[in-house]
Amino acid sequence: MVRLTIDSHIVEVPEGTSILDAAKSVQIKIPTLCHHPDLPATAACGICIVKVNGKMLRSCCTPVAEGMEVITRDADIIDARRTVLKLTLSKHPNECLTCLKNDTCELRKLASDFGIRDTEFENITPTSEEQPVDDTTKSIVLDPRKCILCGRCVEVCQNTQNVWALSMLQRGIKTHISPAADENLVDSPCIKCGQCTAHCPTGALTERDDTQYVWDMLQDKEKYCVVQIAPAVRVAIGEAFGFAPGTITTGKIYAALRRLGFDAVFDTNFGADVTIMEEGSEFIERFTKGEGVLPMITSCCPAWVDYMEKYYPEMIPHFSSCKSPHEIVGALSKTYYADKIGVETNKMRVVSIMPCTAKKFEILRSEEMFSSGFQDVDVSLTTRELARMIKQAGIDFANLPDEGADSPLGSYTGAATVFGFTGGVMEAALRTVHYVVTGQEMADDALEIKPILGLDKGIKEMTMNLAGKEVRIAVAHGIGHVQALLEKVKDALQKGEEPPYHFIEVMACEGGCIGGGGQPLGVTDEIRKARMAGLMTDDKNSAKRCSHQNPDIKKLYDEFLGTPLSNRSHHLLHTSYKERKLYNK
Amino acid sequence: MAELTQEQIEKLKALGRTQKENLLKLGDEFKERVKDYKASIYTCDATSCHSGGASSVIDAFKESLAALGLEKDVRMVCTGCMGLCASGPLARIEIKGRKPMLYEHVTPDVARIIAAEHVAPALKQPVEEELRLSDFLKNKELSLDLPFFTKQRKIVLRLLGHSDPEDLGEYIANGGYQGLIKALSMKPEEVLDIIKRSGLRGRGGAGFPTGIKWEMLSKSPLVDGEKFMVCNGDEGDPGAYMDSCILGGGAHAVLEGMMIGAYATGATNGWFYIRAEYPLAIARMELAIKQAKKYGILGRNIFGTDFNFMADIRYGAGAFVCGEETALLASLEGKRGTPHPRPPYPTQKGLFDKPTAINNVETLANIAPIMVNGPEWFSEVGTATSKGTKVFAITGKVKHSGLVEVPMGTTVGEMVNDVGGGTSSGKPFKAVQTGGPSGGVIPASELHMPLCYEELKKIGSMMGSGGMIIMDQDDSMVEIAKFYLGFTVDESCGKCAPCRIGGYQMLQLMNKIADGKGTKADMEKIKEIGEAMKKASLCGLGQTAPNPVLSTMRFFKEEYDALLQDGNEPDAENKADKVVTGCTINTKNN
Repeated sequence: MVRLTIDSHIVEVPEGTSILDAAKSVQIKIPTLCHHPDLPATAACGICIVKVNGKMLRSCCTPVAEGMEVITRDADIIDARRTVLKLTLSKHPNECLTCLKNDTCELRKLASDFGIRDTEFENITPTSEEQPVDDTTKSIVLDPRKCILCGRCVEVCQNTQNVWALSMLQRGIKTHISPAADENLVDSPCIKCGQCTAHCPTGALTERDDTQYVWDMLQDKEKYCVVQIAPAVRVAIGEAFGFAPGTITTGKIYAALRRLGFDAVFDTNFGADVTIMEEGSEFIERFTKGEGVLPMITSCCPAWVDYMEKYYPEMIPHFSSCKSPHEIVGALSKTYYADKIGVETNKMRVVSIMPCTAKKFEILRSEEMFSSGFQDVDVSLTTRELARMIKQAGIDFANLPDEGADSPLGSYTGAATVFGFTGGVMEAALRTVHYVVTGQEMADDALEIKPILGLDKGIKEMTMNLAGKEVRIAVAHGIGHVQALLEKVKDALQKGEEPPYHFIEVMACEGGCIGGGGQPLGVTDEIRKARMAGLMTDDKNSAKRCSHQNPDIKKLYDEFLGTPLSNRSHHLLHTSYKERKLYNK
Repeated sequence: MAELTQEQIEKLKALGRTQKENLLKLGDEFKERVKDYKASIYTCDATSCHSGGASSVIDAFKESLAALGLEKDVRMVCTGCMGLCASGPLARIEIKGRKPMLYEHVTPDVARIIAAEHVAPALKQPVEEELRLSDFLKNKELSLDLPFFTKQRKIVLRLLGHSDPEDLGEYIANGGYQGLIKALSMKPEEVLDIIKRSGLRGRGGAGFPTGIKWEMLSKSPLVDGEKFMVCNGDEGDPGAYMDSCILGGGAHAVLEGMMIGAYATGATNGWFYIRAEYPLAIARMELAIKQAKKYGILGRNIFGTDFNFMADIRYGAGAFVCGEETALLASLEGKRGTPHPRPPYPTQKGLFDKPTAINNVETLANIAPIMVNGPEWFSEVGTATSKGTKVFAITGKVKHSGLVEVPMGTTVGEMVNDVGGGTSSGKPFKAVQTGGPSGGVIPASELHMPLCYEELKKIGSMMGSGGMIIMDQDDSMVEIAKFYLGFTVDESCGKCAPCRIGGYQMLQLMNKIADGKGTKADMEKIKEIGEAMKKASLCGLGQTAPNPVLSTMRFFKEEYDALLQDGNEPDAENKADKVVTGCTINTKNN
């Protein structure tokens, strides 16, 4: 432990702690625009300066030292911070009123805290002709004019995610973020995970706003509008309405969606239960019957699918062919459900509410996303967009009564809800695989498979005994960890050795979907943990906790699909993959 | 490096001992090789003289010597920088038994005349007999008694100008690699102690004590069996070219310095980061490394000891900020050259996250002489806290512009008037800019100021790498400040806001003032930005970028005021004094 003085408070913190973090322990929040608890300090903004033994240093990247005397606020410091802030504002458009990040912008908040009334320096923001908005992807919008070059997106894209779609180009005042060679995002290795949007302090990187499409859809009386919400949305959207992170607001979301005008309110969790039936069966085929290659790798995460197709196309045979849950609900809505209620497929619209920006890309990623004969999911909104729609509609979310989802695509088991966090898909799959292989349900106290849960490690490994056979399992979250995992697999396969794993789960975002790129902003590990705890509670409170126990799923197979991996299942619920170029130009 | 068996190591050690003997023999062979020469002609082929046509001068000398049948009598040498670049191309004539002579502005025609009318007759004449030179040649002679030469004290540049940088034998004959041999006979901590006691400080600009830096590296454990030495040859200050000349004029001395450091710190590999615009420096270092590998100076079990070391070169792509050590490391790793926060310091976590010491070219060139002559010999030169000598590139409106090495503590006046020979225009001296774009100006009133780290900092400038630009009364200080600021604005890596935007906004305001459209309020804004840049920038480039502006505003305020629209009005603070009449506390205290 290191003891130091911060503004006359004596503080004791572990060695290696930054001054900025040490100050938090005595309720001092040193302002910063570039530092994010998820990321190593980039030391770009110059706001967090403090005086250390009389010398000005940046608190974000200066570790504490024994006997250090830190002053975090005095006239000199405030003055310098204000000047740096004014300089930053002088190269930022004054478009706060029309900015998507208006109410969440960290720069705007800080300018307000510092009482900046006059920017004083000439505004030198390039025009939008000089620096055009890049909205070439269906998911992410990059407005370089609003970028303050904090470097968070670059850090998260290059190091956390190992994608390298974004980098800094040029130097001096011309420095800007952009994909390599100033190409458009759509032509870059971008996997649309949206972690850049989740970490951007300003409006430079945002989700593409598709809410107007949904409003238009809802107004069109001809259209029958179906909506579904992903597992991780229910424990996060509340943050936009004053609830603590992790609060389960499923009932309120259903109620809000109904009030927005949706004709049927379904739950992606139903699709997750179907996924388990299909993917679990696929794994059993591969594992017990030796059909198809091992390890099998999960494919519910569209950013991960995009990454694999770009960076590891040779691993395509390892991917589960099963579609992701929202595509499944989309396809089933437009076939199974449409038939049931007698609505023509072309009159039905499906909207999915996702914690994810990559889902916007996924709904168009291949012809197989049109398995109903029409686009299976018409629009995918992020959690943030739904929160905005609810606000636009003037719905008092916090005080809504809890409502239930509609039948038959609205019921779900605990296994489905854990899809929202890292290890959850694997956990859900193993619950059903265990039942199918051994003929016995897992004991209640064994349903939570602890070694693969939690945020602490990027890669989690375990082995499970399945009817006398050992199943080797790996779970990775944060795409940056995947390379090591896949290289290990490739290495073994090349040497003709037994693969190190049989079953691998990958989620592109840290923590899984609870930390998805479309979730309410300001995520930290603490918030991820709270959201994860919320979903775990949702699981524990479920009457049924294994996908195969869902009566509506049984009914679906009895009435419509037949068995998992049937021809109809294959047509509607499975997909294929193809190699994609890293750079399109 | 792969693990070797004891037997293999013993074999390598035996080889190392033989290689050492062979290396030392090179020195004797060199002496044998040159002993029959009656004279030597040294022609500078460093960048400045080279661009002045030195290579055709060398050709002309060779042709003339051949025509005169003197090839076997006269040794023709392309040598490193002789210093007085303003008078280049230079040729130094050394005839056994006679005082060396220097010719300036040598053209191929002049070379032919020197060969025919100076060298050839001198070789025929007994040495006691005075040489009778034509008026033409007398006019071309540059006296070696000029204060430019006599005021210098050469440690780093000692072999430049009268030795062949490509001849390893000559380096050995001049005591080369004796510093390394001596170091290898000591314990690493004893070597560290010598460097610490010498008081040598980093010559790249900040003046961090070299011995302390090395001690920090020596204390860092190897990571994956590696620890690095990096030589910073990314010289980029406008007007500065000492590193270029030191490397071009004697790369072995820098390599030797690095190796002594590696031995003292336990470093396993070294990199020379040299800017790609320095082809000669790169070529000479490439040759030095090749020779060193051949003679077992680099490799395993060097000279039969347990010391292993390898070195290689990496090119800098010309970004000024890559001279900043953390940006340099990023660039070496193949990344975007932007600075990173310290700590961790490179000595803890440097290149590829392994402990690394980064030393400037000139710093390393000082090491071997310190090892050979002892720390006291070195620390006797200089001031209390700035020991040894410093190489300066003295340019601008000065009569004798060039590369000089003077003892630390030499005054500004001695530099300008004695070494520099006064202004080239003959007009009154106005100021000297030191420390490059990070530095500031020293006005004529400070001629008594000794050149050392502390004094320069005190006056708002810095030692920097040793660039020194002399200005006379015709130079506009506002324009000078604008020039330097423009340089740092261009070269800002763009990473951190205070430097990236602050520098640019300050330059806009400077342009406004220079155009006669500025006001006192703009001056205040400049000061405000300058203070914020100093306090909040991450690296030295941003922290020091306002120096040229702030220091000219301090010493030459009247030049700014003359350009302001409201320059004749009283200053804001004076106005405020007059306005505040209601407050009695003020008057009481006054």
